[in-house]
Amino acid sequence: MKWDWSAVGDFMPKFWDGLLVTLQALVLGSLIAFALGLVWALAQRSPLKAVRWPVSIVTEFIRNTPLLVQLFFLYYVLPEWGITLSAMTTGVIGLGLHYSTYTAEVYRAGIDGVPVGQWEAAKALSLPRARTWTAVILPQAIRRVVPALGNYVVAMLKDSPMIMIIGVLEMLGEARQFGSQTFQMAEPVTIVGIAFILIAYPASLLLRALERRLVR
Amino acid sequence: MNEITAGLWGLLFDGLWITVQLTVYSAALAAVVAFVIGLARTHRLWIVRFLSGAYFEIFRGTSALILMFWIFFVVPLLFGWQLVPMWAAVLALGLTYGAYGSEVVRGSVAAVAPAQREAGIALSFTSAQQLRKIILPQAWPEMVPPFNNLLIELLKGTALVSVVGVGDITREANLVRNATGDSAPVFTVILVMYFVLAFVITRGMRVVERQAKASIGQAPPKSGGITAKLGLRQQVETSQSAGGSS
Repeated sequence: MKWDWSAVGDFMPKFWDGLLVTLQALVLGSLIAFALGLVWALAQRSPLKAVRWPVSIVTEFIRNTPLLVQLFFLYYVLPEWGITLSAMTTGVIGLGLHYSTYTAEVYRAGIDGVPVGQWEAAKALSLPRARTWTAVILPQAIRRVVPALGNYVVAMLKDSPMIMIIGVLEMLGEARQFGSQTFQMAEPVTIVGIAFILIAYPASLLLRALERRLVR
Repeated sequence: MNEITAGLWGLLFDGLWITVQLTVYSAALAAVVAFVIGLARTHRLWIVRFLSGAYFEIFRGTSALILMFWIFFVVPLLFGWQLVPMWAAVLALGLTYGAYGSEVVRGSVAAVAPAQREAGIALSFTSAQQLRKIILPQAWPEMVPPFNNLLIELLKGTALVSVVGVGDITREANLVRNATGDSAPVFTVILVMYFVLAFVITRGMRVVERQAKASIGQAPPKSGGITAKLGLRQQVETSQSAGGSS
């Protein structure tokens, strides 16, 4: 068993760079997932079959196929179609798109959970359709689903190392690069693993507390 | 730009077979871990609950990819054990998804009505008998839908092994991409392969659920309309489904 503390010291500056990239990817990916998920959820409630069905098929397909392959697809196929994006942008879009199909289910459950009386009250007040959604249904639906959305942010955090494979230097990418340059792989990978636990565990405790407060 | 030749299709199908094997072996390991850890988390001794809880938090907290990197590259350096790539991958996936599964087991066991356990005590069953004859048969149908979702997550997780060099579909697809110089067809093909595998898993688990429910005298699950048939995920309560993603 060989553990070299000097390698730990050498890796730390790179680790902080990687952490920053991971957090950026996480924040941007979450924003895409939250926004796009709501779009999918609303589209699946559309009165038009021509909207509902394609959206259902596409989201099922994205949700049930590996994010890793989707990242390869975006990274290699989009340039063939003439769309060239940076690795980071591709990674963020991949994470956001993949998780939007999960958040769509969360929103759907939240919307279904709003009591029928709320819809009827909105109708009785003859609120227009848009206002029924923005002022009555969504505020109640989203409040309930905040903890579940948070769980998917944690899940996305745990999937974020995958964007390493298209060349984004997030935490694990930095660790792999450091390992290939110095032949010291044990220390950086272990540090990154511990960092994930140190981030994910308090986050899940926080979400449990939030769940107790918001979901009644 | 070349077509995918017969030889390259052969590569893809070799990869498909590796992916299927990985999924089956990892699922078997994950099931063992899930039941052992999940039941340990309901144990009456605090130390057993604490240790199994720590396992759950640690393996749920790390990313499967990082665990795989660790088992592939760090364990040989620190401990001098070099595992066969396939089994190292199975170990990483089984330990990770087993941790998620333990939450399903714990939740379903906790959801069995307390009177059932009390009835077992009244009939002076040993705790092993209570578990085997009373608790698990009733908890099992509740576990099947979330296990189905986890199995699909596991199937998706097997793609990670391509990063550390196991020849699954994703890795073979990258080889084919290099050979043909054309990315769109091959990646579309393997995405469809994964989707078909997920569909087969779901169909299989629906059969398992039907039998599990029938064995304790419950009505079979409703089959629903075409959209329900299309949906591979089964609806689970938020608290369970939310934790169960990779």
